[in-house]
Formats: sequence, C-alpha cells, structure tokens
Amino acid sequence: MNEKYWPLMATIAVFIALFLTGGFLFKNFLSTLVLGHILADNAFIIIAAIGATFVILSGGIDLSVGSMIGFVGVVMANLDLAGWHPLASIAILLIFGILFGALQGFIIDFCDIQPFIMTLAGLFLLRGSSFMVSLDSVPIRHPFVAEVARVHVPLPGGGFLAASAIVMLISLLAAILLAHYTRFGSNVYAIGGDRKSAELMGVPIRKTTVMIYAVGGFYGALAGVIYALYTSSGYPLAGTGSELSAIAAVVLGGTLLTGGVGMVAGTLFGGMILGLISTLIIFDGSLNSAWIIISSGLLLFIFIVMHRFLVGSFNLRGRA
Amino acid sequence: MEDTSIPRIEMSGITKLFPGVKALQNVDLCIYPGEVHALLGENGAGKSTLIKIMTGALPTDEGKIRLDGQAIVLNSTVDAQKLGISTVYQEVNLIPAMSVAKNMTLQRQPTRFGLINWAAARNLARKRLKQLSLDIDLERPVGSYSIAIQQLVAIARALEDNTKVLVLDEPTASLDAGETNALFEVIRDLKSRGIAIVFITHFLDQVYEISDRITVLRNGQLVGTSMAKDLPRLDLIKQMIGRELEQAEGQLTKRSTDNLGEPVIVAKGLGCKRVIEPFDLNIRAGEVVGLAGLLGSGRTETAKLIFGALPSDSGTLTMNGEVVTNNSPRQSLGRDIAFCPEDRKEEGLVGELSIRENIILSLQAKNGWLKQLSYDEQERLADEMIKALAIATPDMDKPVNQLSGGNQQKVVLARALVSDPKLLILDEPTRGIDVGAHAEIVMLIRRLCSQGMALLVASSELDEIVAVSDRVAVLRDHKQIGEIAGDEVTREKIIGMIASG
Repeated sequence: MNEKYWPLMATIAVFIALFLTGGFLFKNFLSTLVLGHILADNAFIIIAAIGATFVILSGGIDLSVGSMIGFVGVVMANLDLAGWHPLASIAILLIFGILFGALQGFIIDFCDIQPFIMTLAGLFLLRGSSFMVSLDSVPIRHPFVAEVARVHVPLPGGGFLAASAIVMLISLLAAILLAHYTRFGSNVYAIGGDRKSAELMGVPIRKTTVMIYAVGGFYGALAGVIYALYTSSGYPLAGTGSELSAIAAVVLGGTLLTGGVGMVAGTLFGGMILGLISTLIIFDGSLNSAWIIISSGLLLFIFIVMHRFLVGSFNLRGRA
Repeated sequence: MEDTSIPRIEMSGITKLFPGVKALQNVDLCIYPGEVHALLGENGAGKSTLIKIMTGALPTDEGKIRLDGQAIVLNSTVDAQKLGISTVYQEVNLIPAMSVAKNMTLQRQPTRFGLINWAAARNLARKRLKQLSLDIDLERPVGSYSIAIQQLVAIARALEDNTKVLVLDEPTASLDAGETNALFEVIRDLKSRGIAIVFITHFLDQVYEISDRITVLRNGQLVGTSMAKDLPRLDLIKQMIGRELEQAEGQLTKRSTDNLGEPVIVAKGLGCKRVIEPFDLNIRAGEVVGLAGLLGSGRTETAKLIFGALPSDSGTLTMNGEVVTNNSPRQSLGRDIAFCPEDRKEEGLVGELSIRENIILSLQAKNGWLKQLSYDEQERLADEMIKALAIATPDMDKPVNQLSGGNQQKVVLARALVSDPKLLILDEPTRGIDVGAHAEIVMLIRRLCSQGMALLVASSELDEIVAVSDRVAVLRDHKQIGEIAGDEVTREKIIGMIASG
C-alpha cells in the first residue's frame, strides 16, 4: 500500500478501536443508532473541519470558523424573526461565507500577512458582529426547521441518518472531488508542499489562495447553518472554540499542519474520533466531562508524535 | 544552425537594476533553433538575472525580447511557458511530497467535465517520461528519487509539445558522470528536434562537449559570444575572470616571503570527501594568501574547511601552533580567526538589525552573552569602524539592509575586524560591489596585512587576487593544483594553470 495512506489508516484504526472499546464496555454501544447519533451531533464540527482541511493542506490556518458559526446562527435567527424563509437566509449566508473567506484569502496573499493573524482578526470581527446582532439566544420558529428535524434516513440495524449527517456526508463527497479531482485541489497540495516551486511551476498563487479561504468560509458558514438548524436557535456565543476543535479533527485525520500532506476523508474520521470520545465518556456517566477534553488532548498529542515518526521513517514529505 | 536563419529567441539591450547594483547592462543574447548555447560567467555575473528575464520571472528595465522574430512581452513565467519558453532551475523545482504523475501534470491535467481524468494524466506523464527513456513508478513521491531522476522529471515536465526554448540552469551540478552522459543524450535528442537550449554550467569540459556557441557575462556585462570551436579554453577563462584592474588599485609590490611572522595556520592533507580533495596550506602572520580558481573549483570550500564551517574528514589543522580537532566556527572564533562569507545576505548580515548591532554581533558572541558590552562601548566600536572603513551612513542605527552592497560588505568586514582577529578569511570580498567601493576594499585588505594580520582571500576576480596576494593557491575541480608566490603571481600564470590539463 502506498505510504501516503498510512496516517489515514492509523486514524481509521483508532476510530474502530475506540468504537470496539465502547462495545466492550457498554451494552448496545455497537449499533448504527450510536453511529448515526455521533454523525449527526458532530456534523457541524466535521463540516467546519472539512473547510479547514483545505486551508491546512495549503500550509495556512483559519481561526475565523468558530465565530462564523456563531455569526451565521444569530443572523439566521434574526432574519427568521423578520419573516424570511430559512432557505433564503441560508443562501445569503453561504454567499456571505464565501465572500468573507475570499476577502481573508485575498488580504493574506496581497499584503503577505500570516494567515494566523489575518484570520484571528476575522475571528474577532465576526464574534463582535454576532454580539451587535443579538446578545441573547434567539429561537428559530419557522416550520421548515421542524421539517428538517424530521428527516430520518433509516440505516440497517435500527439507526438513522439525520438531515445534518446527510448534509455533512454530501459536503464531504464534494470536498473529496474538489481536493483530488480538480486542478484547484492539486494546486492546494502544491502550494502546501512547496510554495516557491509551485509558483515556478505555474500555479496561480493568488487565485488559489483566495479560493482556499473562500472554501474555508463556505464550509464555516454551512457549519453555522447546520448548527442553527440543529439547535433551532441562534446564539452569539455558539461555536466558541470550535475553530480549534476543527483543527484538531484535521490533524487527527492525518493532515500535516505544515501543509502538502493529508486527505480530506481523514478529516471525517478525525472528527468522528473526537465525537466518539465524548460519547464514550457520556455513556459512562460517572466520569467528569472534563475527561472529554483531557482525552482529546492526549489523543491529539499521541497523533502528532506518531505523525512526526511516520513523516521521518516513511518519508511522507518525500525528501530523498 | 546558420546565421541566416531567424533566431529562436533574441534578447537585445537588456538592462536590469537592483538597489545598489547594476545586475545587467545592455546585454544581448541570441539563440538559434537546434542550438545548444552555453551561458557562462562567475557568480554574480548576471546569468541568473538574464535567465529570469528570459523566462518571465523578472521584468526587464530596458531592452527587447523577440521570439521567432516577433517582439514579445513577458509578465510571468506562465506567459513564457505559454509561448514555449521553459526552464529547469538549478534547485529542482518540483513538489517533493507529490507523486511523479501529479508533479508532471500540475496545471495541465487533462480534465473531463471539469474533473481531472487521472488515467489520462498518468498516460500523459508516462508518454513524457518515455521521451527521456525514464521508467519510474509514477505513484511514488518525486522527492523519494535521487536528484538526478528529479532533474530528468523536471526536464520532462518542462517539455511541452510547443517548447521552443529550454533553459537548463546548472543541470549537472549534482549529477555523476554516468548521469551527466544520460542527460547529454537527452539534450542532443532535444536539439535534433529544433529546440533552442540554453545551458548554464561551470564545468568547462561539459561546455565544450555539448555546446555550439558560448556567451560569457562578467559583472552584468556581455563579454562576447563565440563559436565553441573557435574559442580556446584559455581565452574562455580569460573572458570569464580576467578583468582589467581599475587604476586606483595599482600594483602591489610582492614582498619576499622570508621575513614574515609565525605561521597562523598550517593545514596538512586537510580535505573533505566529495567537496575538496586533501590539500596543504600555510598562512603566516602579515601575509595575504589568495585562493584562485573558477566557480565550483573549491575556493569557498577551502576557506570554510579552514574556518571549520565544513567538517574535515582527513588531515590535520594547526592553529597558532596547536593542533585543532573537531574544528568548528566557534572554536575558530575563539582562536581569533574571523570569516566573512560569500553570501552576505544569507550567512553574513542580519538585515533588520542596525549597523551597530551587526558590528558587535560576533564580538558579543565571543565574549558570551552574559558579559554584555555596554552601550557606550558598542557605540565607540561602531563609530571607530564606520570611520575606519568609511561606511557611508547618516547614523549607526540604520538597518543594514538599507545600505548599498558595498557598504554592507564593509559592515561584514567591520564585524570581523572589531574582534581583532589574527587571521581574517574573506570569501568574495568584492561581490556585487561597484568599482569605487571595490578599490577601497582592495586597499583595505592591503593595509590590514601590513599591520600584521594574516589574510586568506577567495575571489572569482582574478585581478583582485593578483593585486592583493603575496601567495596564491590555485584550484581546479575541487583540487588544489599548485601554489605560486612573489613575482610568479600574475594573471597569465594563474590562467595557464587553470587551463592546463
């Protein structure tokens, strides 16, 4: 098997091991019902992480995703109050996400600013704007939300896929096509692998950078939409810190933070591992929920060390 | 290849200015279809700049470019590639982590309904590689192959169906003899297809083996273009390094080598595998020893080996009578040996720091960071050096990267001098410097040695070596081939030594 699949295989192995551990510890854990719930509950974070995968593959970082989730939620809720149909506000907000991301990407490239600081500014800007829109949680009462919540695609074994899980899986497929079957995708890997070489090989750096952050913005906004529909409300503090969870999911999924190496599919499993950890601890019931964060941190640490080892011994970056 | 045909590419009157340096001055270059054209010159002669202009990586300040007789304007490398001008750069420019197939087809993948057809892309890559008779696994990351294979992959990538001009920048620098021959087979094949090939190298044997015509640049100016068969090796070397010295520098009377001080450095059989063959070298107090040779002959390597910036794997080195083991720059600095590197931006100066901070940097490092030099002391030293070396600056707290090339070089010198060394090693002390500053620095070298300091100077400017050195070690192909002293130190003698054999 090609060495580049090693980290992905490691991620999937850890996911399966954790799932089996759950089955061993708790009755009824090994079921499509639990799996379906993990997919639905973590759909928004995985969607945000899919966008972040493109950014990280290119060697960048996007910290604005969490605030985007909060901002999209409160705006959607307030448009709902004003009588808008959710589909209309969703369309507007997705376009906003693309434009906001594109602007961040343009400034990063045009002014040669580190993505970290540019998207940190984006984080503050969007979070602050969320508070301008509303200080409190605003419910979304449109019947459309209830209809969406009723969508259940049955899975064999009694489980089901909720609407959020379906949207997440569709956006994952789209992202896989985008990353592995388009020129844009190849350019992302090229820029992350060696920016200078990529430029000399004719990769349009500015156009690609703008598109990368636009993709990040789109998936961030979509994550916000899913989160708002899932909670039937908009809350200005929603998504706080989830930009970091998204980055954790990407790294657990086998993508190198230095860029150029990784796969979009890995991010799904990275996000699922995070979800599985919290499900396990909630199932146990006796453990303090602080253990969710502690074990996520530990696992992340182990993965980073393991990647370091894989990169060195299996020549993942391909240095001769 | 006849002069009556239309040139594939014709560059005329190309001029390019960089801050502080005239990189190219009114240079002409003309290449015919099916010609291998060698572009030669020492480091800093302007080869890279000319190539960058030809391939759209840099805009030209003045001058015109014509492709097949049509005037063209190149705004980017993509423009140039579209017109059929491709380059393979010296440092192989591929994405190491990406597979061979992906590297070969980046930005030109065949698509179907907007999606990449990877099967077709792999076929394309395979076809291109076959042209160069290269049979490798398309799925492996390109970085896992040897540099030679990467080089061929880069060439295969550069060759499009419409390629008219192919620029190969030092393609053989990291290849062995067999790999070089394989590459030359490829070049001959491309030539027979009517592609104009620009070949940059510092291996003169290879120049004569493969090229039809030769153009020599020196200090950003065109020295001349000749048929390879009409240009004897001796004349070629003269063209490359034999600059007439400016009047200001005059001639130094060579001192006899008898009444000099104690040896500062004695190297016996010092060498480093594949970098420089073992050599002997003595340097005594008050003496200037020059290292002469063409680019790639091992000048810099010799200097670095003595300073400890390169590890030796054979021979012994004695400094001030003590045998040195495990030499390192730190040890050398501790023994009062200072080094001014060739590339002052990469290795010498910290551009954002001020002149004062740069000057005291190595002295402070030598004293240890706990014993901070007082600000007054720093100011005194910096002031002294600025005056002594006539560094043109309004104040000592100006960032170094705002100075001109000549003044930056003086700051490098000042930094070495402030620690009061017994031996100063200068690598290319006048690189990229205008004529006036050049003369000043040559004078300075002489004054330093008359004060009892020993100097080792490596330079591509033969006249500079002749002007400043009491003794010259001549190098060729990573090997010291002889040493001359006193009245023997002349340009003709050195050129003869380099050309013989």
